[in-house]
Amino acid sequence: MTVIAEQAKDSAIAGLVALALAVPIVGLRTESTSSGLAIDPRMLDALLVALAVGLGHFLINLARARSTTKRTVVTPKAEVARRIKFISNSLGWGALGFGVVLPFLPFSDRYIMDVATLVLTYVMLGWGLNIVVGLAGLLDLGYVAFYAVGAYSYALIAAHFDWSFWVCLPLAGLFAAFFGVILGFPVLRLRGDYLAIVTLGFGEIIRVVLLNWYQFTGGPDGLSRIPRPDFFGLPFSRTGDDAFHTFFGLDYSSMHRIIFLYYLIFILALVTNAFTLRIRKLPVGRAWEALREDEIASRALGINPTNTKLTAFAIGAMFGGFAGAFFATRQGFISPESFTFIESAVILAIVVLGGMGSQIGVVIAAVVLIGGTELFRELAEFRMLAFGGLMVAIMVWRPRGLLANREPTVTLGKKPGDSG
Amino acid sequence: MEYFVQQLVNGLTLGSIYGLIAIGYTMVYGIIGMINFAHGDIFMIGSFSALIVIIGLGALGMGAAGAIIIVALIGAMLIAAVYGWALERVAYRPLRGSFRLAALISAIGMSIFLQNYVQLAQGARVKPLQPMVEGGFVLMQKGEFTVTMSYMQILIIVVTFVLMAGFSLLIAKTPIGRAQRACEQDMKMAALLGLNVNATISLTFVMGAALAAVAGMMFLLYYGVIDFFIGFLVGIKAFTAAVLGGIGSLPGAMLGGLLIGLIETFWSGYFTVEYKDVAAFAILVLVLIFRPSGLLGRPEVEKV
Repeated sequence: MTVIAEQAKDSAIAGLVALALAVPIVGLRTESTSSGLAIDPRMLDALLVALAVGLGHFLINLARARSTTKRTVVTPKAEVARRIKFISNSLGWGALGFGVVLPFLPFSDRYIMDVATLVLTYVMLGWGLNIVVGLAGLLDLGYVAFYAVGAYSYALIAAHFDWSFWVCLPLAGLFAAFFGVILGFPVLRLRGDYLAIVTLGFGEIIRVVLLNWYQFTGGPDGLSRIPRPDFFGLPFSRTGDDAFHTFFGLDYSSMHRIIFLYYLIFILALVTNAFTLRIRKLPVGRAWEALREDEIASRALGINPTNTKLTAFAIGAMFGGFAGAFFATRQGFISPESFTFIESAVILAIVVLGGMGSQIGVVIAAVVLIGGTELFRELAEFRMLAFGGLMVAIMVWRPRGLLANREPTVTLGKKPGDSG
Repeated sequence: MEYFVQQLVNGLTLGSIYGLIAIGYTMVYGIIGMINFAHGDIFMIGSFSALIVIIGLGALGMGAAGAIIIVALIGAMLIAAVYGWALERVAYRPLRGSFRLAALISAIGMSIFLQNYVQLAQGARVKPLQPMVEGGFVLMQKGEFTVTMSYMQILIIVVTFVLMAGFSLLIAKTPIGRAQRACEQDMKMAALLGLNVNATISLTFVMGAALAAVAGMMFLLYYGVIDFFIGFLVGIKAFTAAVLGGIGSLPGAMLGGLLIGLIETFWSGYFTVEYKDVAAFAILVLVLIFRPSGLLGRPEVEKV
């Protein structure tokens, strides 16, 4: 009983602090009137905010107290590791199966497919960034720059040379990788946070250039009428002898293209995943992880840190470029608006929230963050508020991410998971 | 020459604002080693608080501009300080000691949260304010072109330098400053010697937020228009300034702020306005390549 009373007191204090915070900013809203700004008092809103904070604080503490008293049996670490591995594996295969059959499920309408495609785009970006952040341990806050380079190079190449999607896609990836090398070469000697701020600056530079180089990129108007992809030479058009539906003898439906785009990003994402899983077992992948864990020791063992980091940067950038090309062809229109810092933050959040280096964690985080905020679309104004709050909450709740288990790829003797 | 002097004055003014914000970044980085990504948004909240106090006092019938500015400055510093304290308490303290990216993500989340919070509470439209300090000196005159230094610019530069001086004294001479320097060097040892580490860290956030609020108010008075998004770009440039000067060093933050302000104004004055942000970041990259620990920073010692 006293515990609850104490908690109630804590919560009351939290509510009072929230009141002090909310009164000036929420309670006194400045409104434009004919004679300049005027104050529009909204003290009730401020009071509601404070009440919500106090109550939320109380409920969270109550739940936390209950879960800590219940937890008496301590599970050994190896057991936890094995459990997480089992969950990851079963979730992975389950998600794969679900992804394959999703377009044919009865509830899959156009909206669901669009959201699923969006989520998969972020999954692919997350896996791409995971190579840089999760494996090589390089904090990249400007990943969106490579996404933008991929999107713009696809749009420009496809429009100017009239080449097909399948030719432009690798080119877009190559361009992005090239930019990765150009950026990476001078800055990869920097450590940690310096690298973060420089990559952030690079992301902004790319955006500013896209915004101002009017002749080439269309400036703020962006590029429109980007060619749509075709099904190995069969366009998704309503008429024509070589249209997709006539070739396969189907009735025309606008869903064909949407489902095709869905499978396209599904396969692209799976390629990224397979690539990551394989490269972790190659010498260069091992070198990345070694550098992440201890740079000095790796240097002593003869790993060239700059070159090794450069490969991670370039490969991560390449996948960002692929995703960008897909984004451009799906939207048919791109502008610098789509490549702001917030995108980089979202992608990084997906990687970290999922648990760094965990492939299935990225999927879960993308579904939670992108799909979750998509559910709140009706509350459009509160969507980003909830997004920011969710990022903080997940980090405070699980600082190492949702599926956190950094397992060494190579161990001496038995794996720790095998002993239990 | 005249044009150059005018740009110099403008650059110093802008640089002072960056410098004030950069101090908050550099102190927090020095003490807990994390980028306080939401610091730019604290600056924005300080700016909004000042606006609200100014409008509110105006509505209550207070006339004297000088008194309004002083009350608004104190009000904005107080409100921002509470926000800074709450920010640390909610988003960073639970993550202290856990791995570094977690705190960074939490900070980015907080930054998104605060931006949208202010957007919801205060509306998305820009907030204009009538100029409160008008007039200025004519420094030079040649034909049509006059070099002026407005009273507002003088106010900004003077306030910045007074605060900087007071602040350096605070860090160098008082027990509070000593506690902060001790935590910066070795948090565990400081705790063993009886320092209240949590309180010291909270105090660092509070001081940084108050300085950011001063910068926010100066920004509001200087440009006369703010919105909920100003914190992002100004915050990034101020962080760039802190890194440029050598993160963890107070004079470095001030120097970096002035340099970034000058680079930006000169670039817009002599080249193109559109690419001024590119110039600031390009200089940052160049400096970091040749002096990886910033201009005044101590080189990092690598230990095994």
